[in-house]
Amino acid sequence: MSAHSMLAANAVRWLAGRKVIVDGVSVSVEPGQTLGLIGPNGSGKSSLIRLLAGLRAPAEGDVMLDNRKISGFGRRELARRVAVVEQHSMTEANVTVLDVVKLGRTPHRSALSLWTGADDEIVENALVRVGLTDRRDQFWHTLSGGERQRVQLARALAQSPSVLILDEPTNHLDIQHQIDILRLVEDLSVTTVVAIHDLNLAARFCDRIAVLSEGKLVTCGPPAEILTEKMIADVFGVEAHVSTSAHHGRLHIQFLM
Amino acid sequence: MTPSRIRLLAAGTAGVLLVLVALLVAITAGVAIGEMTIPMKTTAAAVTNRLGLTDIAVPRIQEAVIWDYRLSRSLVAAFCGAGLALSGAILQSLLRNPLAEPYVLGISAGASTGAVSVMLLGFGAGAISLSAGAFAGALLAFAFVVMLASGRQTADRTILAGVAASQLFNALTSYIVSTSANAEQARSVMFWLLGSFAGVRWPDVALAASVVSIGLVVCIWHSRALDAFTFGEDAARSLGIAVQRVRVVLLLVTALMTATMVSMVGAIGFVGLVIPHAARFIVGPGHMRLLPACALVGALFMVVADIVSRIIIAPQVLPIGVVTALVGVPFFSVILYRARRGA
Repeated sequence: MSAHSMLAANAVRWLAGRKVIVDGVSVSVEPGQTLGLIGPNGSGKSSLIRLLAGLRAPAEGDVMLDNRKISGFGRRELARRVAVVEQHSMTEANVTVLDVVKLGRTPHRSALSLWTGADDEIVENALVRVGLTDRRDQFWHTLSGGERQRVQLARALAQSPSVLILDEPTNHLDIQHQIDILRLVEDLSVTTVVAIHDLNLAARFCDRIAVLSEGKLVTCGPPAEILTEKMIADVFGVEAHVSTSAHHGRLHIQFLM
Repeated sequence: MTPSRIRLLAAGTAGVLLVLVALLVAITAGVAIGEMTIPMKTTAAAVTNRLGLTDIAVPRIQEAVIWDYRLSRSLVAAFCGAGLALSGAILQSLLRNPLAEPYVLGISAGASTGAVSVMLLGFGAGAISLSAGAFAGALLAFAFVVMLASGRQTADRTILAGVAASQLFNALTSYIVSTSANAEQARSVMFWLLGSFAGVRWPDVALAASVVSIGLVVCIWHSRALDAFTFGEDAARSLGIAVQRVRVVLLLVTALMTATMVSMVGAIGFVGLVIPHAARFIVGPGHMRLLPACALVGALFMVVADIVSRIIIAPQVLPIGVVTALVGVPFFSVILYRARRGA
């Protein structure tokens, strides 16, 4: 894994048509840390993720990678540093697990350069990391949702990134697979940004949490400071009881319904 | 290289050689079959004579039929099949739509309108050729489809836009033919619209060969970028692909190949749809192998289809589009059925 990177958004703004989706948000992730993005549906999490990944250009403000504007990076140069896992990857193509993971080497190769032994090794390591070495020849469309996300994670790792950006990677998964994916991400030493729905999982896996609402940043900080009963009531409109779990010592959020 | 990769490479090379030999045999058969039956040996002799390799006596009339009529026809059929199959494969990958191809998306219809406009209305009056008119028409149809399908670009929206484009441009073509052509022109245009290799000559071979060769090289050059489109545009972008540039270049190349073929031999359907699917079954979805496979299999298919069109109701000739549809549709049904079971 390459050296840790620092990623920051400085007052970024993004519009879809005339509608403001992301409204002057500033967040940053320290090298090797994990930042969680939480907020209700339509709060601008996915759009902010796309801005941070350089997939969209902000109308105002800048995204900085190691204090350099990402708009100044070449496409391939950026793809060698930042890898993205989307919430739901779909394809009609009849690709195998191995085909997908090998896609991760794309930014490291020129148009006609040959596949090398080093590429093989990196792909192999990625497969080992997500525990799919014996499934390499299986077809994508025969995989479960959790397995597909693990394959996409392996593909992202094959990019050898220093920043990993995940857009609700556990959205369609059952709880076991949600934890499974987040554990894998936690064990990586890369700088990570993850949009996440489940507040308990956010509390468990993130070093810091940024709360978005209607495109604006509400607050940002360590989970214990951010995930308060008041914030949950204000932003999510839900009454909750927040306590420290006797089992794992982390925050435990109970919704009072 | 690992032993398994060497085995793969050997299998690939053997496969390519096999299809190349089949293509050569088919082209020779295409030259041999017709009103005047010419032995394959004579065909081979006529070709090697011309290349200056041999000096075997060949009856002059047979040589004329081989050289001025049938060989050029078979070669254009081969390049045409290759170009259409390649265009279909590119469109399917780029639009992530298994049903995309020039004919379905109305690109062929647009090219027909462009060519007919030049032919009957005298646009450009000799300054622009038939193929330039077809290219303009193809681009216009492309722009129409892209505009209609813009926004949330889902598979069915693209196809619906293509249906609309086909209807519009076919109607425009019919309108131009009805209002501007005399009876004889109208008949020949309608025959050409259904697809026909009659009347192609060596200049057509040169044009088809250069356009398809350029197209093949450009497409193969972008094969890794096309692989990166597997999970859509954002995924391709996040893998470092210049999505916009790749799309524009490849759509232009596709329009150019389609327009060249349409201006020469009319709109031929189903080749662009069926061949890429067949090729994927043989070599898998990786474009580095898929694109050459499409070109080869497409060429072979079209040469054989041309032969079938000439012998099925001999001495008359069926429009080639009829043959490709009659062969293509059942074949496609099998693919659809198997894909359903496989999924």
